[in-house]
Amino acid sequence: MTDITTAQTGVTVDSEAIAPSSPAQSMQTAPAAAVDSIQTMPLGRALNAGLRKALQDDDRVLLMGEDIGTLGGVFRVTEGLQKEFGPQRVIDTPLAESGIVGTAIGLAMRGYRPVCEIQFDGFIYPGFDQITSQLAKITNRHEGSVSMPVVIRVPYGGHIGAIEHHQESPEAYFAHTAGLRVVSPSTPNDAYWMIQEAIASNDPVMFFEPKARYWPKGEVSLAGNPVPLHASRVAREGTEVTLVGHGAMVTMLLQAAELAAQEGTSVEVIDLRSLSPIDYGPILQSVHKTGRLVVAQEAPGFVSVGSEIAATVTERAFYSLQAPVLRVAGFDAPFPPAKVESLYLPDADRVLDAIDRSLAY
Amino acid sequence: MAESETTVSLLSAEGRLEPTPSAEQFLPYFEKLTEADYRQFYADMAQIRAFDAEATHLQRQGQMGLWPPSTGQEGAQVGSARASRPQDHIFPSYREHAVGLIRGIDLLGIIELMRGTTHGGWNPQETNFHLYTLVIGSQALHATGYAMGVTFDGAVGTGDPESDTAVMVYFGDGATSQGDVSEALVFAASFQTPQVFFLQNNHWAISVPVSTQSRVPLYLRPRGFGIPSTQIDGNDVFASYAVTAKYLDDARSGRGPGFIEALTYRIGAHTTSDDPTKYRTDDELASWVKRDPVLRLETYLRGLGADDAFFDGVRDEAADLAADIRRRTLALGTPPVGKIFDHVYSDPHPVIEEQREWLAQYEASFDDVPASAEGERA
Repeated sequence: MTDITTAQTGVTVDSEAIAPSSPAQSMQTAPAAAVDSIQTMPLGRALNAGLRKALQDDDRVLLMGEDIGTLGGVFRVTEGLQKEFGPQRVIDTPLAESGIVGTAIGLAMRGYRPVCEIQFDGFIYPGFDQITSQLAKITNRHEGSVSMPVVIRVPYGGHIGAIEHHQESPEAYFAHTAGLRVVSPSTPNDAYWMIQEAIASNDPVMFFEPKARYWPKGEVSLAGNPVPLHASRVAREGTEVTLVGHGAMVTMLLQAAELAAQEGTSVEVIDLRSLSPIDYGPILQSVHKTGRLVVAQEAPGFVSVGSEIAATVTERAFYSLQAPVLRVAGFDAPFPPAKVESLYLPDADRVLDAIDRSLAY
Repeated sequence: MAESETTVSLLSAEGRLEPTPSAEQFLPYFEKLTEADYRQFYADMAQIRAFDAEATHLQRQGQMGLWPPSTGQEGAQVGSARASRPQDHIFPSYREHAVGLIRGIDLLGIIELMRGTTHGGWNPQETNFHLYTLVIGSQALHATGYAMGVTFDGAVGTGDPESDTAVMVYFGDGATSQGDVSEALVFAASFQTPQVFFLQNNHWAISVPVSTQSRVPLYLRPRGFGIPSTQIDGNDVFASYAVTAKYLDDARSGRGPGFIEALTYRIGAHTTSDDPTKYRTDDELASWVKRDPVLRLETYLRGLGADDAFFDGVRDEAADLAADIRRRTLALGTPPVGKIFDHVYSDPHPVIEEQREWLAQYEASFDDVPASAEGERA
């Protein structure tokens, strides 16, 4: 009997073709001749530029959410867009998340491509029913006669010292729901391209923005050839241990890899980029090479994206593993008050500890 | 939730045309109707009542898991649906069988939904009658969003009756307690959507009376949102037609959303799984049977001269519809296995394709199992 878990195909793209051969190539840089098209900007500005491009390219694209118009959003991601495109393209909505998602569904039925902003991660739950019972299922219910090209942008994660409900990582709820796609960029370049790819998708996309990464700058290749939305990416090459993470955690993993290198351990870092579907190609390729895998995330570990990767890699690469797959995660407790969040959130030291435990097997 | 002097009624429970003073502003819409229209309304109601009875039988005979009967609510549904124009979009709950009939869907689609061969049943793009929505009140927001899109498209208030478009959403008294309905009213008011909220207050949300949903008459609630409203005798097909026609006209003309509360009654059970004798009295039921929407129109039509030949013809046509549904229901097969995976996404998806292939291979692995061993599989 064929066991589904032994199948190693099932990635949207040829992962070998997109896995960069060196870190320097990992930003999908354009040829040197097009150097003018490379700009340095923070992730938040890159999203702004990507949204502007999407609004310019397709009249059916609408932005909607709380405070996204005149104010430009509480994180200023949509700054200036209402002035440029008008209040009918960049819509300040009433303060009701179910209303935002539910009306976006109706607009999508009419042929629009709404991009909804949920103000903070912990505010998404009033919209949960419309997202999981309606948005995710409408194409299936219609047997394909209706598509749901709706993007839900969600600033998520910790590290900003905010009050309750403002630092959560709820991505697993949505990755668990069939009919949704779930992605999270970790770099300005990915933010710029992935938001445009998400808007171009004919399926609903949950777009999780690592708010801790809104401000640090990085290079954006405006003329680049974007990596497919659901491809994972080798962010740093290594040979002894594989680290996998997404969003703001990728920064921690790169720090940990650098520290490990100083101690003589070669660590490979993979940026998931997509949490549903997960592109296992580069992960399995890496695990076949290193034999050791540590999966890290800010979200609680129980029934999480990290758990899923641990299970799948164990099923598909069991004989390559030299050690159990280890998870580094937020604790299975509510996100704590800000003054102790640094103990809750996995940092480079906790990742290094897991690397040591993996190597000890 | 009794009628009051503000309740709009044209055709009394006894079948007499006696418009209430509150009906005056809606009379011009009624006066556009001819006797042929009245007969059409009657035929619509008779057809859907026959369909509803047949579907209930089919459920009892094991052909469906569930049936939500519509008997008693035909007046509210037929009048309002006949008031819509082809370009209007209708977002139903899950009991609007008559609206579906009038909008032109194949009613077998509803049977298939309740039988479990589909989650949908028809293509809304063909009739602008959208799919049934089973989570109470969710469709109100979809309708409001759709209506926002109609406005953005400029398909409102141009004065062209062939293109100006309205959206109508159906929901029940229970749904008015859902946050989504309140949020839809907020968005509709803020964006002045071309939309009619059509509430069928059938007085019971399964076993819970409307008095538990609201301490005030429900037609008063939208006024707090800035949305005009009218309460009608929902068992009066003329009132339902005339008031809905005006509200839809207002919506198409760019005058924003409106709200109609149709007072009606679910004569049958909530669904075939329900037992209304546990929570309703025989007296209450009897009082509403006397207010039946079909009988009162028959009385009125006979007064106008409709003879037995007309009513016999309608009855035969309704019986034909029911027989056709029965025949085609019994011929419904099991959907292909692909139904699990088709259209989960619009764009290709690796997990879906992988699991589709796995299941096909798994099923194929039994192909060489001797028939005598089939039972062991189960």
